[in-house]
Amino acid sequence: MSKPKLALYWAASCGGCEIAVVRLYAKILDVAAFFDIVLWPCIMDFKYKDVEALPDKSIDLCLFNGAVRNSEQEHMAHLLREKSKVLVAYGTCAYLGGIPGLANVANREAIFQRVYHETPSTINDDGVRPQLRYQVPEGELTLPVFYDTVRTLAQVVPVEYFVPGCPPVKEQTEAVLQAVIEGRLPAPGSVVGASDKTVCDDCTRIKEEKRVRGFYRPYEIIPDPSRCLLEQGIICAGPATRGGCGGPCLSVNMPCRGCYGPPPNVVDQGGKLLSALASIIDSQDPDEIERVADAIPDLLGICYLFGLPASLLRRVRQDRRAFPAGVTGELAREQGDLAVMTQRAP
Amino acid sequence: MVVPSDNYEPRIVGFLCNWCAYQGADLAGTSRMAYAPNVRIVRVMCTGRIDPTFVLKAFSSGADGVIIAGCHPGDCHYSEGNYKTTRRIAFLRKLLAQMGIDGERFRLEWVSAGEGAKWAQIADEMSAAVKEKGPLAWRENLKEA
Repeated sequence: MSKPKLALYWAASCGGCEIAVVRLYAKILDVAAFFDIVLWPCIMDFKYKDVEALPDKSIDLCLFNGAVRNSEQEHMAHLLREKSKVLVAYGTCAYLGGIPGLANVANREAIFQRVYHETPSTINDDGVRPQLRYQVPEGELTLPVFYDTVRTLAQVVPVEYFVPGCPPVKEQTEAVLQAVIEGRLPAPGSVVGASDKTVCDDCTRIKEEKRVRGFYRPYEIIPDPSRCLLEQGIICAGPATRGGCGGPCLSVNMPCRGCYGPPPNVVDQGGKLLSALASIIDSQDPDEIERVADAIPDLLGICYLFGLPASLLRRVRQDRRAFPAGVTGELAREQGDLAVMTQRAP
Repeated sequence: MVVPSDNYEPRIVGFLCNWCAYQGADLAGTSRMAYAPNVRIVRVMCTGRIDPTFVLKAFSSGADGVIIAGCHPGDCHYSEGNYKTTRRIAFLRKLLAQMGIDGERFRLEWVSAGEGAKWAQIADEMSAAVKEKGPLAWRENLKEA
Protein backbone atom coordinates (compact mmCIF):
# COMPACT_ATOMS: atom_id res chain seq x y z
CA MET A 1 0.00 0.00 0.00
CA SER A 2 1.30 3.44 -0.83
CA LYS A 3 2.03 5.80 2.02
CA PRO A 4 -0.47 8.56 2.95
CA LYS A 5 0.50 11.87 1.40
CA LEU A 6 1.41 14.83 3.60
CA ALA A 7 1.70 18.46 2.52
CA LEU A 8 2.91 21.42 4.55
CA TYR A 9 2.41 24.91 3.24
CA TRP A 10 3.03 28.42 4.53
CA ALA A 11 1.19 31.61 3.72
CA ALA A 12 1.38 34.83 5.78
CA SER A 13 3.53 33.47 8.57
CA CYS A 14 6.96 33.89 10.09
CA GLY A 15 8.25 30.35 9.56
CA GLY A 16 7.92 29.49 13.24
CA CYS A 17 5.34 26.82 12.50
CA GLU A 18 7.79 25.14 10.14
CA ILE A 19 10.32 25.17 12.95
CA ALA A 20 7.68 23.72 15.26
CA VAL A 21 7.35 20.72 12.93
CA VAL A 22 11.11 20.33 12.57
CA ARG A 23 11.34 20.55 16.36
CA LEU A 24 9.86 17.09 16.55
CA TYR A 25 13.55 16.14 16.38
CA ALA A 26 13.97 12.38 15.86
CA LYS A 27 10.20 11.95 15.59
CA ILE A 28 10.33 13.79 12.29
CA LEU A 29 11.86 10.59 10.91
CA ASP A 30 8.73 8.67 11.96
CA VAL A 31 6.67 11.29 10.15
CA ALA A 32 8.83 10.94 7.05
CA ALA A 33 8.61 7.15 7.29
CA PHE A 34 4.84 7.10 7.65
CA PHE A 35 3.98 9.82 5.17
CA ASP A 36 4.99 10.55 1.64
CA ILE A 37 5.77 14.28 1.77
CA VAL A 38 4.44 15.78 -1.45
CA LEU A 39 4.81 19.47 -0.64
CA TRP A 40 6.92 21.34 1.90
CA PRO A 41 8.39 24.46 0.29
CA CYS A 42 10.27 25.43 3.44
CA ILE A 43 12.64 22.49 3.27
CA MET A 44 12.24 20.93 -0.18
CA ASP A 45 11.95 22.29 -3.69
CA PHE A 46 8.44 22.22 -5.10
CA LYS A 47 6.77 24.29 -7.81
CA TYR A 48 3.16 25.33 -8.27
CA LYS A 49 2.88 22.97 -11.20
CA ASP A 50 3.79 20.03 -8.96
CA VAL A 51 0.77 20.79 -6.78
CA GLU A 52 -1.47 21.52 -9.76
CA ALA A 53 -0.49 18.16 -11.28
CA LEU A 54 -1.73 16.22 -8.24
CA PRO A 55 -5.16 14.57 -8.59
CA ASP A 56 -7.96 16.14 -6.52
CA LYS A 57 -8.19 14.89 -2.91
CA SER A 58 -4.90 13.04 -3.30
CA ILE A 59 -3.22 14.71 -0.32
CA ASP A 60 -4.32 12.90 2.82
CA LEU A 61 -3.23 15.57 5.27
CA CYS A 62 -2.30 19.18 4.59
CA LEU A 63 -0.92 21.33 7.41
CA PHE A 64 -1.45 24.90 6.27
CA ASN A 65 0.19 27.60 8.37
CA GLY A 66 -0.09 31.33 7.97
CA ALA A 67 -2.91 33.75 7.36
CA VAL A 68 -4.20 34.83 3.95
CA ARG A 69 -3.17 38.35 3.08
CA ASN A 70 -2.60 38.30 -0.69
CA SER A 71 -3.96 36.72 -3.86
CA GLU A 72 -1.18 34.14 -4.15
CA GLN A 73 -1.91 32.80 -0.68
CA GLU A 74 -5.61 32.75 -1.47
CA HIS A 75 -4.92 30.82 -4.68
CA MET A 76 -2.81 28.26 -2.81
CA ALA A 77 -5.49 27.91 -0.13
CA HIS A 78 -8.07 27.07 -2.80
CA LEU A 79 -5.67 24.78 -4.63
CA LEU A 80 -4.69 22.87 -1.51
CA ARG A 81 -8.32 22.64 -0.45
CA GLU A 82 -9.07 20.95 -3.76
CA LYS A 83 -6.13 18.59 -3.50
CA SER A 84 -6.48 17.67 0.18
CA LYS A 85 -8.74 15.25 2.00
CA VAL A 86 -8.01 16.83 5.38
CA LEU A 87 -6.98 20.47 5.52
CA VAL A 88 -5.65 21.66 8.86
CA ALA A 89 -5.19 25.27 9.89
CA TYR A 90 -1.89 24.70 11.66
CA GLY A 91 -0.79 27.43 14.04
CA THR A 92 -2.52 30.57 15.14
CA CYS A 93 -2.03 32.57 11.93
CA ALA A 94 -4.01 30.08 9.86
CA TYR A 95 -6.46 29.55 12.71
CA LEU A 96 -7.08 33.16 13.85
CA GLY A 97 -4.92 35.45 11.74
CA GLY A 98 -2.08 35.62 14.24
CA ILE A 99 0.49 38.38 14.38
CA PRO A 100 0.15 39.14 10.62
CA GLY A 101 -3.52 39.74 11.37
CA LEU A 102 -2.57 42.83 13.35
CA ALA A 103 -2.19 44.46 9.94
CA ASN A 104 -5.96 44.80 10.08
CA VAL A 105 -5.44 47.96 12.11
CA ALA A 106 -4.39 49.49 8.79
CA ASN A 107 -5.10 48.72 5.15
CA ARG A 108 -3.07 48.31 1.96
CA GLU A 109 -2.68 52.01 1.29
CA ALA A 110 -1.68 52.78 4.87
CA ILE A 111 0.79 49.90 4.93
CA PHE A 112 2.34 50.83 1.57
CA GLN A 113 2.56 54.46 2.59
CA ARG A 114 4.38 53.52 5.75
CA VAL A 115 6.62 50.83 4.31
CA TYR A 116 7.61 52.44 1.00
CA HIS A 117 7.64 56.11 2.01
CA GLU A 118 7.61 56.88 5.71
CA THR A 119 9.85 54.49 7.61
CA PRO A 120 13.05 56.24 8.72
CA SER A 121 15.19 53.65 6.95
CA THR A 122 13.45 54.13 3.59
CA ILE A 123 15.07 56.17 0.83
CA ASN A 124 12.62 56.26 -2.05
CA ASP A 125 12.94 59.64 -3.76
CA ASP A 126 11.18 58.42 -6.89
CA GLY A 127 8.23 57.16 -4.88
CA VAL A 128 8.52 53.66 -6.32
CA ARG A 129 5.79 51.25 -5.30
CA PRO A 130 5.41 47.57 -6.16
CA GLN A 131 3.40 47.09 -9.36
CA LEU A 132 1.19 44.12 -10.09
CA ARG A 133 2.66 43.90 -13.61
CA TYR A 134 5.99 45.07 -14.97
CA GLN A 135 7.50 44.65 -18.41
CA VAL A 136 11.15 43.59 -18.63
CA PRO A 137 13.00 42.48 -21.77
CA GLU A 138 12.53 38.86 -20.75
CA GLY A 139 8.76 39.24 -20.46
CA GLU A 140 6.17 40.34 -17.96
CA LEU A 141 6.75 40.09 -14.23
CA THR A 142 3.78 39.89 -11.90
CA LEU A 143 3.17 40.23 -8.17
CA PRO A 144 0.21 39.02 -6.13
CA VAL A 145 -2.50 41.49 -5.08
CA PHE A 146 -1.96 42.71 -1.54
CA TYR A 147 -5.32 42.80 0.28
CA ASP A 148 -6.65 45.44 2.64
CA THR A 149 -7.75 42.81 5.11
CA VAL A 150 -5.92 39.75 6.41
CA ARG A 151 -8.14 36.67 6.66
CA THR A 152 -7.91 33.35 8.43
CA LEU A 153 -7.71 30.17 6.39
CA ALA A 154 -11.28 29.19 7.33
CA GLN A 155 -12.53 32.57 6.09
CA VAL A 156 -11.23 31.58 2.65
CA VAL A 157 -11.87 27.84 2.34
CA PRO A 158 -13.54 25.15 4.49
CA VAL A 159 -11.11 23.68 7.02
CA GLU A 160 -11.36 20.35 8.86
CA TYR A 161 -9.21 20.97 11.94
CA PHE A 162 -7.53 23.78 13.80
CA VAL A 163 -4.26 23.46 15.69
CA PRO A 164 -3.67 26.61 17.74
CA GLY A 165 -0.38 27.97 19.00
CA CYS A 166 2.26 30.48 18.06
CA PRO A 167 3.80 28.12 17.36
CA PRO A 168 1.95 24.94 18.42
CA VAL A 169 4.02 23.31 21.17
CA LYS A 170 6.02 20.22 20.28
CA GLU A 171 4.01 17.79 22.41
CA GLN A 172 0.74 18.89 20.82
CA THR A 173 2.06 18.64 17.25
CA GLU A 174 3.33 15.19 18.10
CA ALA A 175 -0.03 14.20 19.55
CA VAL A 176 -1.91 15.50 16.52
CA LEU A 177 0.31 13.64 14.05
CA GLN A 178 0.08 10.53 16.20
CA ALA A 179 -3.73 10.79 16.14
CA VAL A 180 -3.66 11.09 12.36
CA ILE A 181 -1.33 8.09 12.05
CA GLU A 182 -3.62 6.03 14.30
CA GLY A 183 -6.75 7.30 12.59
CA ARG A 184 -8.15 8.80 15.81
CA LEU A 185 -9.44 12.16 14.58
CA PRO A 186 -12.37 13.97 16.20
CA ALA A 187 -15.36 15.46 14.37
CA PRO A 188 -14.43 17.91 11.62
CA GLY A 189 -14.42 21.52 12.76
CA SER A 190 -12.68 20.67 16.03
CA VAL A 191 -9.73 22.41 17.58
CA VAL A 192 -7.12 19.72 18.13
CA GLY A 193 -3.81 19.76 19.94
CA ALA A 194 -5.13 21.87 22.81
CA SER A 195 -7.27 21.49 25.92
CA ASP A 196 -10.88 22.51 26.50
CA LYS A 197 -9.99 24.66 29.46
CA THR A 198 -8.19 27.96 29.87
CA VAL A 199 -4.50 28.63 30.40
CA CYS A 200 -5.32 29.43 34.04
CA ASP A 201 -6.23 25.77 34.42
CA ASP A 202 -2.70 24.78 33.31
CA CYS A 203 -1.05 27.50 35.35
CA THR A 204 0.36 26.37 38.68
CA ARG A 205 0.65 29.81 40.24
CA ILE A 206 -1.19 30.57 43.48
CA LYS A 207 -4.46 32.31 42.67
CA GLU A 208 -6.27 34.35 45.29
CA GLU A 209 -8.56 37.33 44.99
CA LYS A 210 -8.16 39.41 41.88
CA ARG A 211 -8.35 43.09 42.72
CA VAL A 212 -5.94 45.58 41.24
CA ARG A 213 -5.57 49.35 41.30
CA GLY A 214 -3.84 49.49 37.93
CA PHE A 215 -1.86 47.55 35.39
CA TYR A 216 1.88 47.27 34.83
CA ARG A 217 3.78 46.29 31.76
CA PRO A 218 6.05 43.29 32.30
CA TYR A 219 9.23 45.38 32.37
CA GLU A 220 7.92 47.78 35.00
CA ILE A 221 7.95 45.37 37.94
CA ILE A 222 9.61 42.11 38.90
CA PRO A 223 6.66 39.82 39.59
CA ASP A 224 6.54 37.18 42.28
CA PRO A 225 7.08 33.92 40.33
CA SER A 226 4.73 31.95 42.57
CA ARG A 227 1.64 34.16 42.39
CA CYS A 228 -0.94 34.85 39.68
CA LEU A 229 0.40 37.58 37.41
CA LEU A 230 -2.99 39.18 36.94
CA GLU A 231 -3.30 39.63 40.71
CA GLN A 232 0.04 41.44 40.59
CA GLY A 233 -1.31 43.84 37.99
CA ILE A 234 0.34 42.33 34.94
CA ILE A 235 -2.02 41.88 32.03
CA CYS A 236 -2.22 38.15 31.40
CA ALA A 237 -4.48 36.71 28.72
CA GLY A 238 -4.74 33.40 30.57
CA PRO A 239 -8.40 33.71 31.59
CA ALA A 240 -9.47 34.27 27.96
CA THR A 241 -7.13 31.79 26.30
CA ARG A 242 -7.41 28.10 25.52
CA GLY A 243 -4.97 25.94 27.43
CA GLY A 244 -2.96 22.95 26.37
CA CYS A 245 0.32 24.74 25.81
CA GLY A 246 1.53 23.85 29.30
CA GLY A 247 2.13 27.51 30.13
CA PRO A 248 5.72 27.97 28.90
CA CYS A 249 5.45 31.78 29.12
CA LEU A 250 4.18 31.65 32.70
CA SER A 251 7.00 29.33 33.69
CA VAL A 252 9.49 32.09 32.85
CA ASN A 253 7.51 34.77 34.69
CA MET A 254 5.98 36.24 31.54
CA PRO A 255 2.24 36.65 31.10
CA CYS A 256 0.14 34.67 28.63
CA ARG A 257 -0.44 36.72 25.49
CA GLY A 258 -3.27 34.61 24.18
CA CYS A 259 -1.72 32.70 21.29
CA TYR A 260 -3.90 29.60 21.73
CA GLY A 261 -7.00 31.63 20.94
CA PRO A 262 -10.38 31.67 22.65
CA PRO A 263 -11.48 28.81 24.89
CA PRO A 264 -14.42 26.67 23.68
CA ASN A 265 -17.73 28.53 23.33
CA VAL A 266 -16.08 31.94 23.41
CA VAL A 267 -16.87 33.91 20.28
CA ASP A 268 -14.53 36.83 20.73
CA GLN A 269 -11.33 36.38 22.70
CA GLY A 270 -10.61 40.10 22.98
CA GLY A 271 -14.06 40.88 24.32
CA LYS A 272 -13.61 38.27 27.03
CA LEU A 273 -10.13 39.42 27.94
CA LEU A 274 -11.29 43.02 28.11
CA SER A 275 -14.15 41.96 30.35
CA ALA A 276 -11.81 40.04 32.63
CA LEU A 277 -9.35 42.92 32.91
CA ALA A 278 -12.02 45.52 33.59
CA SER A 279 -13.72 43.33 36.18
CA ILE A 280 -10.73 43.10 38.50
CA ILE A 281 -10.24 46.85 38.90
CA ASP A 282 -10.79 47.68 42.53
CA SER A 283 -12.68 50.92 42.11
CA GLN A 284 -16.18 52.25 41.63
CA ASP A 285 -15.08 55.75 40.74
CA PRO A 286 -15.59 56.42 37.02
CA ASP A 287 -12.65 58.85 36.91
CA GLU A 288 -10.26 56.37 38.43
CA ILE A 289 -11.51 53.58 36.16
CA GLU A 290 -10.93 55.91 33.23
CA ARG A 291 -7.39 56.58 34.43
CA VAL A 292 -6.64 52.87 34.70
CA ALA A 293 -8.03 52.27 31.21
CA ASP A 294 -6.10 55.21 29.77
CA ALA A 295 -2.84 53.93 31.25
CA ILE A 296 -3.02 50.88 28.97
CA PRO A 297 -1.18 51.97 25.84
CA ASP A 298 -2.73 49.68 23.24
CA LEU A 299 -5.84 47.85 24.38
CA LEU A 300 -6.63 46.55 20.91
CA GLY A 301 -3.14 45.10 20.61
CA ILE A 302 -3.54 43.39 23.97
CA CYS A 303 -7.02 42.04 23.30
CA TYR A 304 -6.38 40.88 19.76
CA LEU A 305 -2.66 40.24 19.62
CA PHE A 306 -3.25 36.93 17.85
CA GLY A 307 -6.84 37.01 16.70
CA LEU A 308 -7.93 40.29 15.12
CA PRO A 309 -9.07 38.74 11.79
CA ALA A 310 -11.07 36.07 13.61
CA SER A 311 -12.70 38.55 16.01
CA LEU A 312 -16.24 39.80 15.57
CA LEU A 313 -15.16 43.12 14.07
CA ARG A 314 -12.22 41.57 12.18
CA ARG A 315 -10.47 44.88 11.49
CA VAL A 316 -10.55 48.58 12.28
CA ARG A 317 -12.82 50.83 10.32
CA GLN A 318 -11.40 52.02 7.03
CA ASP A 319 -12.24 55.45 5.82
CA ARG A 320 -11.02 55.10 2.27
CA ARG A 321 -12.00 58.66 1.37
CA ALA A 322 -9.96 60.06 4.21
CA PHE A 323 -6.70 58.83 2.78
CA PRO A 324 -3.85 59.96 2.53
CA ALA A 325 -4.40 61.14 6.10
CA GLY A 326 -4.67 57.42 6.57
CA VAL A 327 -5.78 55.19 9.31
CA THR A 328 -3.48 56.80 11.81
CA GLY A 329 -5.10 60.15 11.13
CA GLU A 330 -8.53 58.68 11.49
CA LEU A 331 -7.67 57.02 14.74
CA ALA A 332 -6.34 60.26 16.14
CA ARG A 333 -9.53 61.99 15.12
CA GLU A 334 -11.72 59.32 16.61
CA GLN A 335 -9.78 59.46 19.83
CA GLY A 336 -10.20 63.23 19.79
CA ASP A 337 -13.95 62.66 19.53
CA LEU A 338 -13.67 60.36 22.47
CA ALA A 339 -12.00 62.97 24.60
CA VAL A 340 -14.71 65.58 24.05
CA MET A 341 -17.53 63.12 24.38
CA THR A 342 -19.69 63.98 27.32
CA GLN A 343 -21.12 61.26 29.41
CA ARG A 344 -23.78 62.09 31.88
CA ALA A 345 -22.10 60.95 35.03
CA PRO A 346 -24.22 60.47 38.13
CA MET B 1 -17.97 54.05 1.83
CA VAL B 2 -21.72 53.97 2.18
CA VAL B 3 -23.45 57.19 1.23
CA PRO B 4 -26.57 57.63 3.36
CA SER B 5 -29.81 58.03 1.48
CA ASP B 6 -32.10 60.96 2.28
CA ASN B 7 -34.40 58.84 4.37
CA TYR B 8 -31.62 57.05 6.26
CA GLU B 9 -32.70 55.95 9.70
CA PRO B 10 -30.01 54.64 12.04
CA ARG B 11 -30.34 51.26 13.68
CA ILE B 12 -29.42 51.45 17.33
CA VAL B 13 -29.36 48.48 19.66
CA GLY B 14 -30.23 49.22 23.27
CA PHE B 15 -29.40 46.94 26.17
CA LEU B 16 -31.62 48.01 29.07
CA CYS B 17 -31.72 46.58 32.54
CA ASN B 18 -34.96 45.06 33.71
CA TRP B 19 -35.28 47.03 36.93
CA CYS B 20 -34.61 50.64 36.01
CA ALA B 21 -33.93 51.60 32.40
CA TYR B 22 -36.43 49.19 30.86
CA GLN B 23 -39.09 50.38 33.29
CA GLY B 24 -38.13 53.94 32.39
CA ALA B 25 -38.59 53.18 28.70
CA ASP B 26 -41.88 51.49 29.56
CA LEU B 27 -42.97 54.62 31.41
CA ALA B 28 -42.11 56.71 28.36
CA GLY B 29 -44.38 54.42 26.35
CA THR B 30 -47.29 54.28 28.76
CA SER B 31 -47.04 58.06 29.17
CA ARG B 32 -47.42 58.29 25.38
CA MET B 33 -44.26 60.31 24.97
CA ALA B 34 -43.27 60.66 21.33
CA TYR B 35 -39.63 59.83 20.69
CA ALA B 36 -37.36 58.46 17.99
CA PRO B 37 -38.13 54.81 17.24
CA ASN B 38 -34.56 53.94 16.25
CA VAL B 39 -33.51 52.15 19.40
CA ARG B 40 -34.24 48.41 19.32
CA ILE B 41 -34.38 47.42 22.94
CA VAL B 42 -32.99 44.18 24.34
CA ARG B 43 -33.99 43.67 27.95
CA VAL B 44 -31.36 42.18 30.23
CA MET B 45 -31.74 41.47 33.93
CA CYS B 46 -28.84 43.75 34.81
CA THR B 47 -26.34 45.82 32.88
CA GLY B 48 -23.77 43.64 34.64
CA ARG B 49 -25.01 40.83 32.39
CA ILE B 50 -23.81 42.65 29.30
CA ASP B 51 -20.77 40.93 27.92
CA PRO B 52 -18.62 43.22 25.73
CA THR B 53 -19.14 40.52 23.11
CA PHE B 54 -22.82 41.59 22.85
CA VAL B 55 -21.77 45.07 21.82
CA LEU B 56 -19.13 43.85 19.37
CA LYS B 57 -21.68 41.46 17.89
CA ALA B 58 -24.22 44.27 17.46
CA PHE B 59 -21.76 46.50 15.61
CA SER B 60 -20.43 43.66 13.46
CA SER B 61 -23.99 42.66 12.55
CA GLY B 62 -24.88 46.10 11.25
CA ALA B 63 -25.88 48.30 14.19
CA ASP B 64 -25.06 51.98 13.70
CA GLY B 65 -25.04 52.59 17.43
CA VAL B 66 -25.33 50.80 20.76
CA ILE B 67 -26.72 52.21 23.96
CA ILE B 68 -26.53 50.60 27.36
CA ALA B 69 -28.80 51.91 30.09
CA GLY B 70 -29.17 50.76 33.66
CA CYS B 71 -29.82 51.79 37.24
CA HIS B 72 -28.11 54.83 38.68
CA PRO B 73 -24.97 54.02 40.70
CA GLY B 74 -26.02 52.85 44.12
CA ASP B 75 -29.45 51.76 42.86
CA CYS B 76 -28.54 48.42 41.28
CA HIS B 77 -31.06 45.72 42.08
CA TYR B 78 -28.10 43.38 42.50
CA SER B 79 -26.01 45.88 44.52
CA GLU B 80 -23.13 46.43 42.13
CA GLY B 81 -23.88 45.12 38.65
CA ASN B 82 -23.80 48.63 37.25
CA TYR B 83 -20.37 49.26 38.76
CA LYS B 84 -19.07 46.23 36.90
CA THR B 85 -20.64 47.72 33.78
CA THR B 86 -18.94 51.05 34.41
CA ARG B 87 -15.58 49.29 34.42
CA ARG B 88 -16.23 47.16 31.36
CA ILE B 89 -17.69 49.98 29.35
CA ALA B 90 -14.73 52.27 30.05
CA PHE B 91 -12.45 49.61 28.60
CA LEU B 92 -14.78 48.75 25.76
CA ARG B 93 -15.09 52.38 24.75
CA LYS B 94 -11.32 52.58 24.46
CA LEU B 95 -11.23 49.43 22.34
CA LEU B 96 -14.04 50.65 20.08
CA ALA B 97 -12.25 53.97 19.58
CA GLN B 98 -9.22 52.04 18.34
CA MET B 99 -11.51 50.06 16.06
CA GLY B 100 -12.78 53.34 14.59
CA ILE B 101 -16.15 53.38 16.36
CA ASP B 102 -16.36 56.63 18.27
CA GLY B 103 -18.18 57.53 21.46
CA GLU B 104 -21.25 59.02 19.80
CA ARG B 105 -22.14 55.58 18.53
CA PHE B 106 -21.72 53.98 21.92
CA ARG B 107 -23.27 55.34 25.07
CA LEU B 108 -23.79 54.34 28.66
CA GLU B 109 -26.62 56.06 30.51
CA TRP B 110 -28.30 55.76 33.87
CA VAL B 111 -32.09 55.83 33.69
CA SER B 112 -34.33 55.11 36.67
CA ALA B 113 -37.79 53.57 36.47
CA GLY B 114 -39.27 57.04 36.94
CA GLU B 115 -37.22 58.74 34.24
CA GLY B 116 -39.39 58.08 31.21
CA ALA B 117 -38.81 61.57 29.89
CA LYS B 118 -35.06 61.19 30.30
CA TRP B 119 -35.10 57.96 28.30
CA ALA B 120 -37.12 59.62 25.53
CA GLN B 121 -34.66 62.49 25.43
CA ILE B 122 -31.64 60.16 25.34
CA ALA B 123 -33.18 58.09 22.53
CA ASP B 124 -33.90 61.28 20.56
CA GLU B 125 -30.42 62.69 21.09
CA MET B 126 -28.64 59.48 20.24
CA SER B 127 -30.75 58.87 17.13
CA ALA B 128 -30.03 62.38 15.91
CA ALA B 129 -26.30 62.09 16.63
CA VAL B 130 -25.96 58.73 14.89
CA LYS B 131 -28.08 59.91 11.97
CA GLU B 132 -25.71 62.84 11.60
CA LYS B 133 -22.72 60.47 11.54
CA GLY B 134 -24.31 58.18 8.97
CA PRO B 135 -24.29 54.41 8.56
CA LEU B 136 -21.50 52.45 10.20
CA ALA B 137 -22.00 49.64 7.65
CA TRP B 138 -19.46 47.29 9.17
CA ARG B 139 -19.84 44.64 6.49
CA GLU B 140 -18.87 47.16 3.81
CA ASN B 141 -15.78 47.82 5.85
CA LEU B 142 -14.65 44.23 5.40
CA LYS B 143 -14.87 44.27 1.62
CA GLU B 144 -11.77 44.69 -0.51
CA ALA B 145 -11.58 48.06 -2.27
